[in-house]
Amino acid sequence: MSILIGTDTKVIVQGITGQAGSFHAERMLEYKTQVVGGVTPGKGGTTTLGVPVFNTVAEAVTATGAQATVIFVPAQFAYPALTEALDAKLPLVVVITEGIPTLDMIRIKQRLKTLPTRLIGPNCPGLITPGACKIGIMPGYIHKPGSVAVISRSGTLTYDAVYQLTQASLGQSTCVGIGGDPVIGTSFVDLLPLFEQDPGTEAIVLIGEIGGTEEEEAAAFIKAHVKKPVFAFVAGRMAPKEKRMGHAGAIIAGGKGTADEKFAALQAAGVTIIDSPAAIGRTVAARLKLHPASRSR
Amino acid sequence: MKLHEYQAKQLFDQVGIPVPFGMVAHTPEEAARCYETVRQQRKAPEGFLCNVKAQLHAGGRGKVGGVVMVKSPQEAATHAARLLGKRLVTKQTGPEGLPISSVLIDERTTLAKELYLALTIDRFHAQPMVLASAKGGMDIEEVAATDPAAIVREAIDIDRGLTEPACERIAKALALSGGHASVCAATLRGLWQIFLETDAALIEVNPLGISTANELLAVDAKVTLDDNALFRHPKLAAWRDESQEHPLELKASRIGISYVGLEGNIGCLVNGAGLAMATNDMIMLSGGAPANFLDVGGGANVEQVTNAFAIILADTRVRAVLVNIFGGIMRCDWIAEGLLKATAQLDVKVPIVVRLQGTNVEEGRRLLAGAKQLNLISVDALDEAARKVVEVARG
Repeated sequence: MSILIGTDTKVIVQGITGQAGSFHAERMLEYKTQVVGGVTPGKGGTTTLGVPVFNTVAEAVTATGAQATVIFVPAQFAYPALTEALDAKLPLVVVITEGIPTLDMIRIKQRLKTLPTRLIGPNCPGLITPGACKIGIMPGYIHKPGSVAVISRSGTLTYDAVYQLTQASLGQSTCVGIGGDPVIGTSFVDLLPLFEQDPGTEAIVLIGEIGGTEEEEAAAFIKAHVKKPVFAFVAGRMAPKEKRMGHAGAIIAGGKGTADEKFAALQAAGVTIIDSPAAIGRTVAARLKLHPASRSR
Repeated sequence: MKLHEYQAKQLFDQVGIPVPFGMVAHTPEEAARCYETVRQQRKAPEGFLCNVKAQLHAGGRGKVGGVVMVKSPQEAATHAARLLGKRLVTKQTGPEGLPISSVLIDERTTLAKELYLALTIDRFHAQPMVLASAKGGMDIEEVAATDPAAIVREAIDIDRGLTEPACERIAKALALSGGHASVCAATLRGLWQIFLETDAALIEVNPLGISTANELLAVDAKVTLDDNALFRHPKLAAWRDESQEHPLELKASRIGISYVGLEGNIGCLVNGAGLAMATNDMIMLSGGAPANFLDVGGGANVEQVTNAFAIILADTRVRAVLVNIFGGIMRCDWIAEGLLKATAQLDVKVPIVVRLQGTNVEEGRRLLAGAKQLNLISVDALDEAARKVVEVARG
């Protein structure tokens, strides 16, 4: 089991003829994801990677019945691309693009309030249900089907965490990279209830970062609503104040959003804290040994 | 990207936000002329009081001689000469301080009251937000910590904009009425216009002052723009003052590498921001101290790895380097090749601990193992790598 995506999810790729879009569309197809088409304005009617290319998202959705889109369009053009995806009322929009202006994302978020769309990202690796569907840029082979959910603000750190889980014989139900920007479509608190209700998920791993209050909000939600075991690591303990650590969202402003504060909030909510980024796999494995049912299939 | 006070006030002036009359000078002679122009503009007699304010991208300058009162063109020139070309160290700059290449000469206003006004983004609710406080003039973070109730927050719906009732609520929170309330509303509308038109991340007016002549005006101004939106603001992008940026951070940012200098002696080369932060944490947990944060980016190639090494090693405090790469799309064998070329080309003397994981890791490790002439230590696990690099950095 899984959340949001599975073997029957039909996906279109916005920016499929661009360098990143075509490269990753090919990797997704290799993973047996149902990539049913792509969108590049002006290239409608052509075919790439064996799938049809359309001029607009609306045309692509009508022709293919896609339920999801993944956006690789460069940041300068991301706003119109996102608007098109929202206009088409797709249930799932995944934005890989890095560097989208914050005010553009605020306008998009405002529109999302009135739509049934779930938006993941931007500036994220995407999401994957191992063995079933991969929508994004993560290396597929490090994953393994199973019952541990992963929600993360990072990219390569998530890969490392997933790799550790797989090495510890713990498969994953669905792994979602929610992105490292200040304004993101989906946060920890939006996904926690989905995983809590997912019968295929036995445990949840959160990977946070300094900056913002997403982890604190997650802690409050977990305390009130989550019964499944939750594990958390927060990156950036070392980070100095007022310095942006690569991700636009990773900045400690005015002493707020420190790793220590986040660890403390999560611990108080009953979350198992993982101190070291190298201990993610073994910490989860040690705790879940008591529950063999949650080991990977 | 941060703007200087004089640049921010230029934006303020364009939208009708009252600011003290002032001009920017780059030389002592210019400072003297600016003083005269400001005095004549205000139709003031000789002995008119002006400020000479050092322009730098950090606060706290008033306490270290960065803002001085002058009453003649000669004094303006003297203080400009004292400041220009020097570095000013404030509590926000770090020990190296920041260089001063311009000074703002403006009319000195005596304030009866100091307020605080800011426009920023509430990340969690994804909304712009006004912050206002009657406790202006001081460090707002201190106010937030000691008296959070003294800061009023007003969320703004981006589609509807700043409404009249919102302006009224803010004026009331600042205990402003009558003429002051309407100037406050006009100021807020101006700030909102700047916020939208420049893609600002933060606009701060501290203090928003009421002068003894009973005028409400923006006495100081801080504006930070969203770097991601600079592509649509070429005029503002041209205002960037690179002298205010860390030279290595600047060099790195030009080639798409995210680098932040830190205080330790272990250089770090990592792919991905989260993993880079986690790597630094790991070094700390092992008893060491990282010299930098470095995210080499997603599409790193041999050239990029070489560039990253050059930046790390330009910091002479670096005693050892930890390379931590999780190969996803980026293949470990490419990274290994890049490492070998970079270290050969740059004649690296310090030990390098390399932890590769992910795509093509076997091939990558084989390449590194074959290069015995180098001071390369290949390690499989992250905790082991951190321990090792801390050990070799100690020598």
